[in-house]
Amino acid sequence: MSTIDFLEDSLAHSAPESSAVGVDAVAVSAWFGSNKVLERVNLSMPPRTVTALIGPSGCGKSTFLRILNRMHESVPAAKMAGEVRLNGQDIYAPSVRITHMRKRIGMVFQKPNPFPAMSIAENVTAGLKLTGTKVSRSERSDIIEGCLRRGGLWNEVKDRLDEPGQALSGGQQQRLCIARSLAVNPDVLLMDEPCSALDPTSTRRIEETIAELAPDVTIVIVTHNMQQAARVSQQCAFFLAEQGSPGGIVEAGTTKQLFEDPHDSRTADYVNGRFG
Amino acid sequence: MTVVNEGVELTVTGNPPTATPDVPRALATRSFDDRASWMSAMAGALGIVWIAYQITGWSGRLGFTLLWFVVYLALYAAISRAGNPRPVVFDRLAAATVAGGAVVVGLALLSTVSYTVQKGWPAFSQWGNFYTETAAGVRPTAPLDQGGILHAIAGTAIMVGIALLISLPLGLGTAVYMTEVGGRAARVVRTVVEAMTALPDVLAGLFVYATLILVFHLDRTGFVAAVALAVTMTPIVARSAEVALRVVPGGLREASLALGASQGSTVWRVVLPTARAGLATSLILGIARISGETAPLLIVSGASTYQNLNPFAEPMNSLPLYIFSAVRSGQPNFIARGFGAATVLLALVTVLFALARYLARPKRGSR
Repeated sequence: MSTIDFLEDSLAHSAPESSAVGVDAVAVSAWFGSNKVLERVNLSMPPRTVTALIGPSGCGKSTFLRILNRMHESVPAAKMAGEVRLNGQDIYAPSVRITHMRKRIGMVFQKPNPFPAMSIAENVTAGLKLTGTKVSRSERSDIIEGCLRRGGLWNEVKDRLDEPGQALSGGQQQRLCIARSLAVNPDVLLMDEPCSALDPTSTRRIEETIAELAPDVTIVIVTHNMQQAARVSQQCAFFLAEQGSPGGIVEAGTTKQLFEDPHDSRTADYVNGRFG
Repeated sequence: MTVVNEGVELTVTGNPPTATPDVPRALATRSFDDRASWMSAMAGALGIVWIAYQITGWSGRLGFTLLWFVVYLALYAAISRAGNPRPVVFDRLAAATVAGGAVVVGLALLSTVSYTVQKGWPAFSQWGNFYTETAAGVRPTAPLDQGGILHAIAGTAIMVGIALLISLPLGLGTAVYMTEVGGRAARVVRTVVEAMTALPDVLAGLFVYATLILVFHLDRTGFVAAVALAVTMTPIVARSAEVALRVVPGGLREASLALGASQGSTVWRVVLPTARAGLATSLILGIARISGETAPLLIVSGASTYQNLNPFAEPMNSLPLYIFSAVRSGQPNFIARGFGAATVLLALVTVLFALARYLARPKRGSR
């Protein structure tokens, strides 16, 4: 199967269970201009697993996440090396259409960013509209309800779907953004500190949402909150950038192992809150 | 509030009795000294300058006002020195100078508007004919209840409409290029656009004259005039639309791209709708600017006295040109018509600016 065919498959709104796709990063390096920020990172993110990327600020974990759906290259002077394989296919291959690839690898950002010119319902289906995917009216309302349910927001907004998305609270906006990224039926969902701007109650709702999504979608989450990493993830990678050198993975493994029996002393120091 | 609890009286603080409603305190920090100082300095300066004029026999209102202001500043400083530290004196002098500047600007604007309206009112208030008739066959000496400026109003509307049709896609396209595409070439474009906003309007007229009329042998028509107006309007629209697009948060573009959108649909469906109000404002500001543009029209439009609704044949008049020719005519009635037309133009521009402010108002309910 060619790469394009394989990516076109995701256009169909197939049952979520069928899409179980892992992501493998192979020798990924990254630069901003001449400044190298990531050094040969290898990480396998298996299907139906929540992988948490932890580490102090500036260690390259957000850069790594943005490399996973090619958002990294939208920054001027940003460069990368290595491969990112989605189900074995390199997403940086010249034959891959970047828009199709990004549909399969969704992203939720640190700051909730619903589209201000759109209502709640329009925000959910924005991905379909933006990618020119035609859906019938009944399909559309099914997608809106389904995605808002999976995002854990349906009960709070079902009576006001036509209100602007920005009228919601910060936590609700973030769940709306999750629902929005689910509408294009991605195989992988990248989350860049999705709860850092939210209060504890909203954080818990998002973590519940992550747990509910995990059986269908491969999730990679960057977090500064060690307890959150321990709560939501099955697998964990600890990033660190030593003074003056590019960042990289110090240790990766199951969350249980990383938190209870870390092999590296720096990991032990970090997860026990002795630095960072 | 006192609570009796097993015979012991407890005083609960935090909830004061509500018998008297609480009144907001005056938070003004201006003392009596603050107010008395500048008023007395003003009065004292007036007296001093008046006496000086009586003694020396000087005359002239402008000199009197200027001298009054200078003496006022000196007196104000002297009064403030007594009992105030240096920074306060400095602060007061700066405030007085700035306030003086504001008064000058306000008076200039007010006198321009009131002079125009006062001179134009006799014609402006001819509701029966001034807005419904043209100047065709009306002699310059004709009384004000004959003839009107319908042809000029219609001409301005048609020219501005055509100029809008040209500069809407051109100006917005340039703005999108500068903000969304970017790169080194965009910087060159921005410099050119900035230079074009500073371009004297008469050059826009000369440019169109040199190209459309001399090279392509078009006649002096409304369309040619509209092209000249569009040359003036496009950079204005591009500049203010760029500002409107620039305030669209970058996170929205990223969110759209991360959903798999192309850059084109990101701009079309996310960036432009988000900046809609700002873009509308930029267009209206452009329209307000060109509605009163006279210099390019003098060169390329040619003026008619009759109604011409066809922009592609024969000259077409416009409000600025009508005002120009009327005020220079030397006939009192015709001059009054010119000021009447100027009042119409002022009202039109005021309405457009009000509309721009209304569209650009901060939205309620958004975070």
